[in-house]
Amino acid sequence: MTNDKGQIRNSKTSKLLNFDICVVGGGPAGLEAGIVAKELDANVIIIDDNPVLGGQLIKQTHKFFGSKAHYCGVRGMDIAKILTDMVDELKIDVLNNATVVGYYDDDTLGVLKEDKLFPIKAKIYIFAAGASENMLVFENSDLPGVYGAGAVQTMMNVYGVVPGKRALVIGSGNIGLIVPYQLLQAGVEVAAIIEILDKIGGYYVHAAKIKRAGVPIYLRHTIIQAKGKDCVEAAVITQVGDKFENLKGTEKTIECDMILIAIGLSPLCELLYQAGCRIDYVPELGGNVPYHNENMMTSKSHIFVCGDLACIEEASTAMLEGKIAGAKAYETLYKENKKSNEIIVQANKELATIRSSPFEARILFGQKRLRS
Amino acid sequence: MKGYITEHPILEFKRDKKVKFYFEDKEIEGYEGLPIAAVLHAAGIRVLSISERYNRPRGFFCAVGKCSSCLMEVDGNPNVMVCMEPLRSGMRVRRQKGKGQKQ
Repeated sequence: MTNDKGQIRNSKTSKLLNFDICVVGGGPAGLEAGIVAKELDANVIIIDDNPVLGGQLIKQTHKFFGSKAHYCGVRGMDIAKILTDMVDELKIDVLNNATVVGYYDDDTLGVLKEDKLFPIKAKIYIFAAGASENMLVFENSDLPGVYGAGAVQTMMNVYGVVPGKRALVIGSGNIGLIVPYQLLQAGVEVAAIIEILDKIGGYYVHAAKIKRAGVPIYLRHTIIQAKGKDCVEAAVITQVGDKFENLKGTEKTIECDMILIAIGLSPLCELLYQAGCRIDYVPELGGNVPYHNENMMTSKSHIFVCGDLACIEEASTAMLEGKIAGAKAYETLYKENKKSNEIIVQANKELATIRSSPFEARILFGQKRLRS
Repeated sequence: MKGYITEHPILEFKRDKKVKFYFEDKEIEGYEGLPIAAVLHAAGIRVLSISERYNRPRGFFCAVGKCSSCLMEVDGNPNVMVCMEPLRSGMRVRRQKGKGQKQ
């Protein structure tokens, strides 16, 4: 699947300067955007910095929820395979192992692949670069053994490496609930999950599952210190009060060789800053996010966004946003037709269904704020 | 090999061949093609670099090529993101001190 020496997979040409649509990021959002645009008959290239497509889906061993249209009951890693197969069937140009390192004044991307830097130009860009895990600051939080929860998930589920012996998880969102369950499946002990708020952040199903497995979830708790010489050997946690202040005398030391940080993600906006897109601070959507309208178009009419870069949410919504971005990008270039219109109407309908859940109220509020 | 998951209820790991490489001039084994950081982690090596100012140990953080916490010296080149760089036979990997040195 990997291709060497700057060759583009599926491509018969070496022309890198006249694409209709260039998709940056080959995760759930980017792949759906590319697939839809190509199905509508646009000339598309997808650039991704990993050896395989699928983004973070490739490490997700859990099954998805929702309706059949959202791959309900299918494991994330299998969705990655389905989408990758579609990309190959449609013969979409793909550039693997390639990092977009800059957006230049003449609307050209600088792409780095195996120590070679070259330009790629398209009429429309769809950025689906995703997000990076947030860091938490506490004493010795720089010790090896303090890892992003997603990082541990990658190590064990993609590379098959035993990540450690005993883990403490900070944060009870969906990642903070799912990863410890997967740790147990890999034979790793989980000491506890701690959550600073007075309620669990993620879905009830995930919480119930991890609780049944015997992992305690401590609400109103935070971490204050990692202990260890060269690597994490223990963590000190404490209860917090109404103003999130540490409550003296409630400190507890937990033996562990890993501290997993699962406190959220931040959109990777760098390239959009360079492109001059408007970036707004909307905490409900994940912090600094590129402004985008309901068509996923940014403040620049030739730049679209989708997935976690547009708003930190789920893979299922990322895929739907990708479809909208891909179809709208096509319509911007060519003309609206029956097919493109159907794709957008259908995706919006499905998005509305998912976002009608109380879990998604925050997202709708954030979007209103972004567009007000 | 120790450090790798052998039994898993869902996953099956297809691994390439084992190769030898050098960490701090010591010969160790790892699976070819896996990221250097994964191979080192499986071998029990978590400290990947030493910080510039206060000489503090550093490991990886994101493992997906975003955060630059895992920069090491590989075959004489500093600042190699080892969570993304695949292992090849005979590679010489060293802990980086601060900004590292080109050799």
